[in-house]
Amino acid sequence: MALAFKQETFRNDYKYSNSPNAIKRFPFPFAEDQYMYSVNIEPHVKGKQGSVCEFPFDVDEHYVGECLDKQITLDLDRGRYKALPHMMDAQWDFVELTMDALSNDYPEHFSLKKDGLNWTWENKPLNIKQSFVFGDASTMPMEPFEFMSRQVQGDFVLLDQRDETLYADAGFVTSQADWSLAFDVGMSWREWHAPVPRATELGVMDRALKYLLNLQLGSPVRRLNWTMTVNPRLDTSPENYPLWGTDRNTVNPDNVADKVHLRVELQSLFRLPRSNGIVFSIRCYLMSLKELSSYPRWAKRLHRVQKTMHPDLIEYKGMTKFHPMMVEWLSQFDDGSAMAVGTQPE
Amino acid sequence: MSMIDIKVAAVEQVTPLVKHFTFVKKDGSPFPAFSGGSHVVVSMNVGGRVHRNPYSLMGSPADTGVYHISVRKQEQSRGGSVFMHENVEVGTSLQITYPVNLFSLAKKAHKHILIAGGIGITPFMSQLIDLNRLNSNFELHYAFRSPEHGAFADQLKAICSSKLHCYADSKGERLDLLALLSKQPLGTHVYVCGPNPMVVAVIETARNLGWPENHIHSEQFLSLGIGEPFKIQLAKSNIEVHVPAEMSMLEAIEAAGVEADYLCRGGVCGRCEVNVLESDGALLHHDHFLTDAEKASGKKIMPCVSRARCDRLVLDL
Repeated sequence: MALAFKQETFRNDYKYSNSPNAIKRFPFPFAEDQYMYSVNIEPHVKGKQGSVCEFPFDVDEHYVGECLDKQITLDLDRGRYKALPHMMDAQWDFVELTMDALSNDYPEHFSLKKDGLNWTWENKPLNIKQSFVFGDASTMPMEPFEFMSRQVQGDFVLLDQRDETLYADAGFVTSQADWSLAFDVGMSWREWHAPVPRATELGVMDRALKYLLNLQLGSPVRRLNWTMTVNPRLDTSPENYPLWGTDRNTVNPDNVADKVHLRVELQSLFRLPRSNGIVFSIRCYLMSLKELSSYPRWAKRLHRVQKTMHPDLIEYKGMTKFHPMMVEWLSQFDDGSAMAVGTQPE
Repeated sequence: MSMIDIKVAAVEQVTPLVKHFTFVKKDGSPFPAFSGGSHVVVSMNVGGRVHRNPYSLMGSPADTGVYHISVRKQEQSRGGSVFMHENVEVGTSLQITYPVNLFSLAKKAHKHILIAGGIGITPFMSQLIDLNRLNSNFELHYAFRSPEHGAFADQLKAICSSKLHCYADSKGERLDLLALLSKQPLGTHVYVCGPNPMVVAVIETARNLGWPENHIHSEQFLSLGIGEPFKIQLAKSNIEVHVPAEMSMLEAIEAAGVEADYLCRGGVCGRCEVNVLESDGALLHHDHFLTDAEKASGKKIMPCVSRARCDRLVLDL
């Protein structure tokens, strides 16, 4: 099925919306009425046809718009891309993983020809054609990890495994939910998770680390994370906080359903073969409350989840300013009757 | 667990005790690339019972057409290495896991000292290719019984030239660990793979010289050996399992049809860790994974290598 890519913007005039099909396949994360942190990691196996997990890397109608937004963000701040020198093997692992996946899963849009180490990559939607020698960075127009990160939706962090922990030693991060690559690069697992409230006390992070240190080649895993974002903005970085932080003050009862978006991250982790590193892929999906309410079951569920949210989490996720308005708007969908466990729409 | 179907493409007797096997994928497609120091677990059907042994990948990590392993025939084999030596020939089909690396090179090291004893040379064979490719500063010290047991010495000379130092016990050649480790610059990492006394000697020498713990790396797959038989109760499955003398607890659990998690099967990775709900005797911990405190607590056990001496042992499985 050929995808129709939309012309969109994720800043200023915010020309962004989801088609009915994009809403239907949205990875709604709440299976139960109450939310709490857990090690909700599962194998990243092939999902249902048309779902966001059908392929290792999901390409959807927002592909061209998101790649353009990545480029804008990176041009404004080169610090969004960083790779420490010992990560070059991991960079090539990433190139192989993403080129193989995209050309295999979306052959009408991407193609990869291999003749030994002489590879030719073609990306039709972005009009890129590049021949290069695999493993020789001098044959690429930029570092290989940057080259492919620009062409796959989402953020990517390359983790080096040493001393019984994982270090974030390279990254391409332009659509982050308020964390900074420039701040976190070179940090270990415990260091970069330190700000997450309640999770450390619950031992969640230690268990997740133990699990990931044993992540196997050929058996990637995934989890969903979420927050709420005002306006469909990908770049909600601390560096640019002045550009988006005050948007929270613009929410009122009349525009809350259009302005407030559920932001879901499909996080997946793949062991990399040559480097023994791990790529952490963070793919962001945005959907306004109004779009979400096209499935009243989701609106009803989100109402319960938000109504019972722990105050620490409301604060941590930056929802304090508009949280009551959001709960009030969602309440119209909640008749109080019991809901079965599950994330599916009607 | 994802497995790869393979066929044996070549078998070569390298030393009186070591055979070298070359694998290709059954469907003819390339293997995944891997990192130096990786191993695969080979599944063998030995007389109706599945044996799973870990072996280091020895070839070039960039060569995805074939995988290479070497197997030393163990004197006290429970069947795995004898099966590989006597029953596996060109054309034999086997299953292997994807590569796993529990012995990876420290990418930020300034210098690497590799110390191998006997068959312990195998994980270094692939690491050497990575070290050469990355232009790393390294030395390989390779000790063996006698020249005819120095498997791959010629191949190693070609890869390492003057960085190779061999020690044949039969000629009275000895590796002086203290002299070697006391003259290394800051930022050096040491790696050892070989018989237990050698691994212990390297670790202790380095520690005594004040090397940081995270600069000392060892790999030693424990051979399961032979123990006393005992019985276990699996709480979730609600069955009792007999663990015979020549079988590991994990193997007995699998043979009883209970799915248990595992990865290295050598007491290193921690994946098969299981909670002990009850026991009335001694847990015989043989793994390198649990901390001393965890072992002493009696609450956890690694069924791939550890055993028990008791009448009642209830596991959370």
